[in-house]
Amino acid sequence: MIAAVNTGDTAWMLVATALVLLMTPALGLFYAGLVRAKNTLNTFMMCVAAMGIATLTWSVIGYSFAFDGDGDLIGGFGHAFLQGVDFVPREGMTIPHIVFFAFQATFCIITTALVAGAVVERMRFVPFLIFAALWSVLVYAVLAHWAFGGGWLIEGGTLDFAGGVPVEIASGFSAVAAAMVVGARKDYGRQAILPHNGMFVLVGAGLLWFGWFGFNGGSGFSTGNAGVLAFVNTLLTPAATLVTWIILDVIRNKQATAVGAATAIVVGCVAITPAGGFISPGWALVLGVVATFPSYAVILWRPKTKLDETLDVLAAHGTAGVVGMIFIGLVAETGWNGVSDGLIYGNAGQLWDQLIAVVAAIVYAFVVTYGLLKAIGALMPLRVAEDEEGTGLDLVAHGEEAYPASEGALLVSTEFASIR
Amino acid sequence: MKLVIGIVRPEKTNDVLGALYAADIRGFSITRVQGHGGELERVETYRGTTVSVSMAEKVRFEIAVSDEFVDPAIEAITAGAQTGAVGDGKIFVLPLERVVRIRSGEADNQAITPTKDVTP
Repeated sequence: MIAAVNTGDTAWMLVATALVLLMTPALGLFYAGLVRAKNTLNTFMMCVAAMGIATLTWSVIGYSFAFDGDGDLIGGFGHAFLQGVDFVPREGMTIPHIVFFAFQATFCIITTALVAGAVVERMRFVPFLIFAALWSVLVYAVLAHWAFGGGWLIEGGTLDFAGGVPVEIASGFSAVAAAMVVGARKDYGRQAILPHNGMFVLVGAGLLWFGWFGFNGGSGFSTGNAGVLAFVNTLLTPAATLVTWIILDVIRNKQATAVGAATAIVVGCVAITPAGGFISPGWALVLGVVATFPSYAVILWRPKTKLDETLDVLAAHGTAGVVGMIFIGLVAETGWNGVSDGLIYGNAGQLWDQLIAVVAAIVYAFVVTYGLLKAIGALMPLRVAEDEEGTGLDLVAHGEEAYPASEGALLVSTEFASIR
Repeated sequence: MKLVIGIVRPEKTNDVLGALYAADIRGFSITRVQGHGGELERVETYRGTTVSVSMAEKVRFEIAVSDEFVDPAIEAITAGAQTGAVGDGKIFVLPLERVVRIRSGEADNQAITPTKDVTP
């Protein structure tokens, strides 16, 4: 039974797609603010590159691997090069197939960009582009199939509303593998490396939250109850995380930090991502509080280690993604989601399904990312030379500066004049 | 008394600071400067406009020291700032006529010796 296209649903999904696309430049701003001034453009460019590369790989094969057929581990080639992706809705949906494709593409884009946070300030740009292209297919598309596209997790009963598995856990634990293979920045642990622009971090976080309404609210693929519930929960959970984080900051240091507040917004959004359409608004507030503590702890612990997972993708995304996935297994409520109950409502099996998904996603993302970067690293150096790292990747990789001083710049050539 | 001026790579600032502390040199000021010291010019391109940037960002240390601390200061700057590539910078040593500590009126060597009574 092919459902007819519903105009209201389609209108919302078009908006949601644009909202999620905005999240990637927002992430670029968030990330760029956290690095040193000399690496601003390079960091943002990794996100911009993902917008190009992941869209192409998604169109060519990623979408097909994720959403063609219901193989246990991977989809088929039926939608390669967008075959059969047209105006006719997918089974059980009320939006044109191409809209569904585009919406899912934006998820692939931002997840690929997220992983970059582990390797900023040192990774060469070309190997990163190759990595982004392969990762978006081998890791993202496969896990999207498992969690959304008819793979073994969703068929086995795992609930993941908007990407706890393929987006949050995948990016977080891939980031750990990437940081291990690429190695720490030369100054890591030897010098104070400070965020160069806290305003970018705050504005980026605000725009991420804004975009996340499309991310979670669109993952019902309609304006039905699930999408609406997820939309509202996307307001509630991050707010609770934000307040809890600020209180923790004040208790620890008597000062609420701005970078901490921005991080808290992201953590809350991540936590509600898998759970958005499955838990009640009340529990969404509780999730916001609960999700704060593990991420806060990992953010404090990680810099004490040798692991230069630079922008804390593990703490913000991986950790909060795990918390959100497990929380579903505890407090999912049929009365709200019409699908399944969690442990406290009498269904312990749901918690088990969630735990299986968490473990499987962690292992798959980590192992494949590790092997992929090792393979690329065998063909070409993954990182810039030490002196180039000192100079900064904006100049080394792009020949531009984010904050150029015009004094002393001599015009060499333009379209009208060459060297005089 | 001498004024030791060291012009170093910005990314080496913290290394120089560490070396100065290790040499017991606590009085200095730093400035962000731009200059040209014979290193290669770098080319940047913005939308079809290509420019050659001859000025390099540097950090300038100014350190007033008593005579016995001149060589330790030079060694500290060198140890912290040297990479071996063109553009590591320069050290200039200038004679210093008078120094006055504003707080106490102490002059010359007393004024450039780290103070013992540290009041926050």
